[in-house]
Amino acid sequence: MKSVFFGAVSATALIASAVHAEPQAEVLHWWTSGGEAKSVAVLQEEFASKGGTWTDMPVAGGGGDAAMTALRARVLSGNAPTAVQLKGPAIQEWYEEGVLADISSVAEAQNWADVLPASIAGHMKCEGSWCAAPVNVHRVDWIWANADVLEANGIEMPTTWDEFNAAAEKLEAAGVIPLAHGGQAWQDATVFEAVALGILGPDGFRKAFVDLDMDTLKSDEMKAVFDQMRTMRGYVDDNFSGRDWNLATAMVMNGEAAFQIMGDWAKGEFMAAGKVPGEDFLCASVPGDGFLYNVDSFAMFDVDGDDKKAGQELLAELIVGPNFQKVFNLNKGSIPARTDVSLEEFDSCAHLSAKDMSESSDNDSLLPSYAHGMALRGAQSGAITDVVTAHFNSDMSSEEAVNMLADAVANSM
Amino acid sequence: MTKWLEENTPKLVLAPSFIAVLIFVYGFIAWTAWVSFTRSRLLPRYDIEGLIQYERLFASPRWDTALNNLFVFGILFIVIAMVLGLVLAILLDQNIRTEGAIRTIYLYPMALSMIVTGTAWKWILNPGLGVEAMVRGWGFENFTFDWLVNPDMAIYTIVIAAIWQSSGFVMALFLAGLRSVDGEIIKAAQVDGIPTWRIYTAIIIPSMAPIFLSAFIVLSHLAIKSFDLVIALTGGGPGYATDLPATYMYAMAFSRGDIGQAASSAMIMMMVVFAIVVPYLYSELRSKDD
Repeated sequence: MKSVFFGAVSATALIASAVHAEPQAEVLHWWTSGGEAKSVAVLQEEFASKGGTWTDMPVAGGGGDAAMTALRARVLSGNAPTAVQLKGPAIQEWYEEGVLADISSVAEAQNWADVLPASIAGHMKCEGSWCAAPVNVHRVDWIWANADVLEANGIEMPTTWDEFNAAAEKLEAAGVIPLAHGGQAWQDATVFEAVALGILGPDGFRKAFVDLDMDTLKSDEMKAVFDQMRTMRGYVDDNFSGRDWNLATAMVMNGEAAFQIMGDWAKGEFMAAGKVPGEDFLCASVPGDGFLYNVDSFAMFDVDGDDKKAGQELLAELIVGPNFQKVFNLNKGSIPARTDVSLEEFDSCAHLSAKDMSESSDNDSLLPSYAHGMALRGAQSGAITDVVTAHFNSDMSSEEAVNMLADAVANSM
Repeated sequence: MTKWLEENTPKLVLAPSFIAVLIFVYGFIAWTAWVSFTRSRLLPRYDIEGLIQYERLFASPRWDTALNNLFVFGILFIVIAMVLGLVLAILLDQNIRTEGAIRTIYLYPMALSMIVTGTAWKWILNPGLGVEAMVRGWGFENFTFDWLVNPDMAIYTIVIAAIWQSSGFVMALFLAGLRSVDGEIIKAAQVDGIPTWRIYTAIIIPSMAPIFLSAFIVLSHLAIKSFDLVIALTGGGPGYATDLPATYMYAMAFSRGDIGQAASSAMIMMMVVFAIVVPYLYSELRSKDD
């Protein structure tokens, strides 16, 4: 009896191992809301059509916090997922824990180095070898406007912060809320970095928020950034605390407010409401040069077994493949990370974004967004955001804010 | 054998839960203490580096705010909830007809989760939707009640919501206490012609001392572990004006990948709890020895 039982078990094991030769991937992500879930489904279908088995592991909640907690538990128990939605310096942080895989063979076979902008490719490499695959490029430094409101008040899209302030004064006098904003720390930080890019310029921004150069953080220009933040606090309605970003977008949509400074996920809200870019709403980069990107990507974790490794390579190839890059980004409102994808079906804002990305890549002003965790590690960017949001929500002076900023950054190391 | 079983069954039955508590409570407290002395970031590391995390913690203005908020919130919440609970209990104790219904109404908020309380009060206190908008709608254009969005006042909105939630529960505790006072004493006092308020202040309330202690312990631990109410009501904002130690710890551990900071703030929270509970335990144990 026993031997029969063991025979059956070993037979099953044989069959199982034969089946397992197929590519396998377990993918941890937090794209669970409508448009995002649809975008992931595209990848899932493509993966299945190449004969792979996809195990979905969506963990919603907390803007990825819940997923990171799940990931920590999986890694500590020695059972990491194949691919995880990770971005920016978090990829390097996990690499330093020694748990990421090397996918250079795929990257080199697919010529990633030639089709990805250099600064974005830099995030996907861990000490020279490729360890992650980029999905999209969100531009963060956008300013959105209600076209009718601007026209009714005779205002052009501002190209300097002084013009913005003048336009805001005019709108305020006309009884329109100049700036739609939600008082959540990350939104304060989003506006702050857009202002900082304009006032410090691309080089100053890099020194301050990538290199954490103390002199730049304490400079007079940084004080000017906080001054502008204080001015802009006056352009926000009194009821902004805790408001979600999409409600702020809705205020621009229905003409209650004129401008919003937000990444291009706001475009998805406009589009979903049936608004047409260029007619109902306008998009422009915030005053100043440069391009702040927020790139979603999948980091590849070290896994055992040929089936999983095959799955990982197939997944990496598909993610950066032109078809997925196009379909996914059409759904999500961002632009493809690879520069050789046809943008025919994309809207005018995406065209502007793609044009600015390649230009700023050439003149070295393509910069990572600090507010969205692309430039700095969690502890440092969190420390900066604490100061930004404390300043914006109180009557702290710019002098005080700059000193606090330097202290907070030093303390977070 | 039977005798041995008789003697040892209680120990055997208790052993698994004892071991579980030892590992999962005290073991992990020790683990957290260890991690708080390291430079752990994303994942725990175990090389002891001294007090660096505590130095960082007390250099952080956000932790300062969080700790201050804990004291403001804790003291106001405990004192007001107890006073209000006691007054409600005394009023209910006057043999009124609809006592059962009223008691249920006051106790009901306790049945809601803090998230529901927080969300409801967020709408009530929102200047554009709630009380302020309503009073302005009545014609008082200058009426302002913007505590929720005012960084200096926002912490008091949390006090309001927490008191609303818990004072009914405190009332129930005190009501039970009032009922347990010996009726003969009260009748004797009434025969002597002592006014009712004197009966309460001189006889009933002093004899309820243990109830006060229980209410205090329950409320103070609610205050220290407050987390969901803050998240639902203000999200820690405006800025980080309503951060409490628990939300600070959550942000460090789960949003920022700074486990060392989270562990050190958790240790400080535990010390605050100990500072309250240890004297209580001490007095309890001593009174048993007497």
